[in-house]
Amino acid sequence: MKMGLKINGEFKEFDVDPSTTLLDLLREAGYMSVRRACDTGTCGVCTVLMDGKPVLSCAILALSADGHEITTVEGLKDDEDFQRLLDLFLSEGVDQCGYCNPGFLITAYAMKRELKNPTDEEIKMYLVGNLCRCSGYVGQMRALKKYLGVEE
Amino acid sequence: MVLIDRYVRPKSLEEAYELLTSVKGARIIGGFTFMRLGTVNIPLLIDLQDLGLDFIREGEDFIEIGATVKLGDVERSEVIQKHFDGFLSKTVKYIWSVQLRNIATVGGTVFARFGFSDFITSLLVLNTKVKLYRNGEMLLEDFLESRVSRDILVSLKIEKEERKAKFRFMRNSFYDFSILNVAVSAKVENGRLGGFRIAIGARPGIAKLARKAMEYLEKNGLSPETISKASDLSAEEMEFGTDIRGDAEYRKMICPVLVRRALNDILSESSGGNRS
Repeated sequence: MKMGLKINGEFKEFDVDPSTTLLDLLREAGYMSVRRACDTGTCGVCTVLMDGKPVLSCAILALSADGHEITTVEGLKDDEDFQRLLDLFLSEGVDQCGYCNPGFLITAYAMKRELKNPTDEEIKMYLVGNLCRCSGYVGQMRALKKYLGVEE
Repeated sequence: MVLIDRYVRPKSLEEAYELLTSVKGARIIGGFTFMRLGTVNIPLLIDLQDLGLDFIREGEDFIEIGATVKLGDVERSEVIQKHFDGFLSKTVKYIWSVQLRNIATVGGTVFARFGFSDFITSLLVLNTKVKLYRNGEMLLEDFLESRVSRDILVSLKIEKEERKAKFRFMRNSFYDFSILNVAVSAKVENGRLGGFRIAIGARPGIAKLARKAMEYLEKNGLSPETISKASDLSAEEMEFGTDIRGDAEYRKMICPVLVRRALNDILSESSGGNRS
């Protein structure tokens, strides 16, 4: 079936099987920051923004996204605020294997736009759907609190 | 794995209903979040997102939530937040993850009658009606016990009233489904509490009202003594089952604890409550 998506500001047309998920579509189209792991809507590595809100691309049919606007990490590379978030992830030593990073970054970017002066508890609740199996989330919290302007 | 032969986005409820009833095995997509976890071949998947059902509006007597509203929009809605002390928004905030709540829909959750649903349990203690395209309006508790299946949920209508409501759950971890969930509420009229409602969900069957416990509180009012009795009654009148998260015996044991805590929350907030 024919469909159209605005991905990172650019309108693209696709011809998909009705069973195709948004995750499948994005990866086959070359957006490799969008990753696959649990494929059950749990781990958050496939997170993208749909119309500005974080969603799990593994749990959305590509055809349901038809007409919506998708943003991936690739689409934020020239965004100064996103670059600052990336720098903080590096400087705070968040990275270990790095597999969960794109999902984390997208969710954190959305959180800044949704929550004002969040508490530690609110930050943790917002990120509950982004699993990292290397770290204990300490580095992420350090970076995020700086990014969100929340005092230690 | 879910295999879908055909996908459509009807432009009217009439068209959606016609498709649903004319194609054998046709299904309506809610958020797709749970449906996709099954192994099923769907000849026709009907997506309601173009029907304008993504509204939350406040009428004189009801708050109406359209079927395609996302749980995340319920959480963020100012209309929802300002009623029942934000009870429904707060409950939704505990459901799975931000990303999932931005996909899962009100209609997909309620119409599917998911046993694990925290949302349904919470709605049951508010006076909620479901509005169906073919079967019209009915109380949520009646819908949950009915066999209505070939129909389309249009919206939920929640009665606006001064009602205190509390939600409690037991989980193995925060990021999991509830092993058991409990919601309670009481209507506040002239400073007195009445119209008690107690719902128990994730038993693991679909949530239902603990009517004997509700009747007991209606007759005896809310006090530390009656809370204890009502909590025990609620566990006695429910059936509990066993699944991967917990066994029936465990659920039966924690049920009165959660009900007691929730009712105590209401009592402590009610400056003495109804001592009649």
